[in-house]
Amino acid sequence: MAVIETKKLTYTYPGGTKPSIRDVSIKIEKGEFVLITGPSGCGKTTLCRCFNGLIPHFYQGELKGEVFVTGLKVAEHPIYELAKHVGLVFQNPENQLFALSVEKDVAFGLENLGMAREEIRKRVDWAMKLTGIYELRERAPNELSGGQQQRVAIASVLAMQPEVIVLDEPTSFLDPLGAKKIFEVIYELNRKLGITVVLVEHRLDLTARYADHIIIMDNGKVVLEGKPREILSSEEARLIGVGIPKATRLYQILRKDGVKLGGTVPLCSEEMAAMLREALKLND
Amino acid sequence: MIEVKNVYFTYPNGVEALKGVSLTIKDGEFVAIMGQNGAGKTTLVKHFNGLLKPKKGNVWVDGVDTRKVSVATLARKVGFVFQNPDNQLFSETVENEIAFALKNFGFKPPVIEKRISWALNLLGLKQYRKTSPFMLSGGERKRVALASVLAWNPKILILDEPTIGQDYQQKEKLRQFILQMNTQGKTVIIVTHDVEFVAECNPRVMLMSKGKIVADGEAKKVLTDPDVVTKASIVPPQVSQIFIQLSDLGFPKETIDIYTAREILLNALKGKDS
Repeated sequence: MAVIETKKLTYTYPGGTKPSIRDVSIKIEKGEFVLITGPSGCGKTTLCRCFNGLIPHFYQGELKGEVFVTGLKVAEHPIYELAKHVGLVFQNPENQLFALSVEKDVAFGLENLGMAREEIRKRVDWAMKLTGIYELRERAPNELSGGQQQRVAIASVLAMQPEVIVLDEPTSFLDPLGAKKIFEVIYELNRKLGITVVLVEHRLDLTARYADHIIIMDNGKVVLEGKPREILSSEEARLIGVGIPKATRLYQILRKDGVKLGGTVPLCSEEMAAMLREALKLND
Repeated sequence: MIEVKNVYFTYPNGVEALKGVSLTIKDGEFVAIMGQNGAGKTTLVKHFNGLLKPKKGNVWVDGVDTRKVSVATLARKVGFVFQNPDNQLFSETVENEIAFALKNFGFKPPVIEKRISWALNLLGLKQYRKTSPFMLSGGERKRVALASVLAWNPKILILDEPTIGQDYQQKEKLRQFILQMNTQGKTVIIVTHDVEFVAECNPRVMLMSKGKIVADGEAKKVLTDPDVVTKASIVPPQVSQIFIQLSDLGFPKETIDIYTAREILLNALKGKDS
């Protein structure tokens, strides 16, 4: 069953002269790990805002077409109701954090759901430990670094354990090793708890390996969609200017040079290294 | 030239951000400062334009002790583009945003006009001239912030996380743009986590960890040293990762760009054929 479905979705911000997204029809299945990418300003963030009702309820503007999330028609359900099902991690963590301490921020959503105190404590500690901010729990979020704030924003959404987590460039301020660990945590939650993940990212070197499904947008439209190995090795993706992982790119270049490599397109260094090792052995 | 000698800095909340940093950045150098979150990178570069003054030690910009001059004086020479553009933008239109500093520096209106057009063109923002910066996407706002600093043509350019929210093509433009500025003699200092971006530029890299500089050298040497890299909480560029995994077969791990990688691999595979 599709957990998110949009039908001919077109949206224009108030005062906008042209739609930010046009005719977007996509289906995201339950339990999928979906990567959305595309040039900056292509409408990725706008699309994410349609998934939890920020569009149209908060931003208003003109919405045509339909969005269904966990079976609910977004236009007909208030944000607080949708928030039980979809958690959104914003691009800029400062837009999301407001409490006086990290743990209060992480607990806020759960308190609003009216969850029992004990359960809240358990969930908040769990989320803070997963994201590596347990030591910061008494600090004020506005005193933290950009990377630390992003961890807090992610923790506050994970704590809710929603059916769908939408993350808009969630680790842009984190150092590479920190970002890698966060993606591993998100991937594990996706695999173990079956949480559907929608991730907006430019840095495919770090993230392509986790995705089941990739959506590439350009100029407000979905222009390519499908399995990452097929899409990222296509000439179209390169021409749109998507940051193809270097391992994938190297594979393509070598294939063009006539080198025989295995049949599956690699998405990360491990896959590429294994494939090269094999090819070098065969040539012995 | 920027000279930093044995600098210590502690924030009012007690966090010791810099613990004895010394370095020299010569005119016309291109430097990337990388490392763990909270390692002190932003704190360090905020010393370069006098936003922060050392608690101990000294910072000189072109021979002038930063403690003895105002940020406004230094700003003419040292342009700083912040990590988060929202901390920097405030005007009603992109055009006014860029004009603001130019007016403050006392440029004449025709010069201001010329500089605005130049900066808008350079960063692909022409169509947004009359738009509010707050209507733009995160990546676009980032470019407005950059345009507003470039417009006054500072000699030293500091970019804190310039690639955040930028797509592949914009990063490529940014890279060419930085290289161009650098060729024209500007000193460019970037603070970044973007390993792939740095791999493509191959600048001098300084890695920081816990308030100290733990490595300093050419990108392809520093970024491919697994021990140093882990200490600074970064990962080697993907091409180098492949070669590190194949190092038992005698491949050079200091390979960070894809075309060198192609040459090496083609030779290796051909060599085996014959």
